[in-house]
Amino acid sequence: MCSQTVSLVAAECERQGITTVAIQLLKLVAEAVAPPRALWVPYAHGYPLGRPHDAPGQRAVLRAALGIATVPGPGPLLIDFAPTP
Amino acid sequence: MAELDELPLRARLFLRAYPWRRIRPTPWTPLRRPLAECRVALVSSAGFSPQGQEPFDATVRGGDPSFRIIDTNTPVSDLGESHRSWAFDHSGIQQDANLGFPIDRLKELQSLGEIGEVAPRHLSCMGSQTTTGRLVKQTAPDAVHTLVKDQVDLALLVPV
Repeated sequence: MCSQTVSLVAAECERQGITTVAIQLLKLVAEAVAPPRALWVPYAHGYPLGRPHDAPGQRAVLRAALGIATVPGPGPLLIDFAPTP
Repeated sequence: MAELDELPLRARLFLRAYPWRRIRPTPWTPLRRPLAECRVALVSSAGFSPQGQEPFDATVRGGDPSFRIIDTNTPVSDLGESHRSWAFDHSGIQQDANLGFPIDRLKELQSLGEIGEVAPRHLSCMGSQTTTGRLVKQTAPDAVHTLVKDQVDLALLVPV
């Protein structure tokens, strides 16, 4: 349900003039709800940025999300995150 | 990897049958300036509340649709977690709140010059909401207006 909730808040941000990127954990939800810009991450529920205390790995997720913000529309956009091995 | 199969049977059956609320038409705000000049806010659905603010109410039918405001200077160690879902492992965000509210990582990206600045305030909600009308029509518009007042360019949204 979290992925739907953040997607609906993302839509409200966009309606009020704020660009958004929503991280998504389940493709089923991302495709059904279709937030404007989304980054799907291959991590378990409860671990949207990967491992605890893994600052480089967590920054990599944020960098990927930031990159999607610069992609021209139209949406919805759903991009896969590919962690560096 | 988050797959339906990792979830308990009860959760899988629920998610397959649930009538997801599709966003249509797709609202779209182009980024107004380069990332290195953007003010960036976080929206977390991990159910974090700063010390001194009420935790989310797990008894609200359909899920508590309220928001908490997190000041950017709040240490992540001062955030309490009250996400009501039993369907995921809470131990990660309890060990490291940056998993659900990556404020320290965002500040690092500011220091590296990759974003302009971290916004002064961020939003927290509790993502386990099966009824979404109150969120969409009442609480989210007011909460997002907080970010508008802070002249936020870009919001990153983090579910758990």
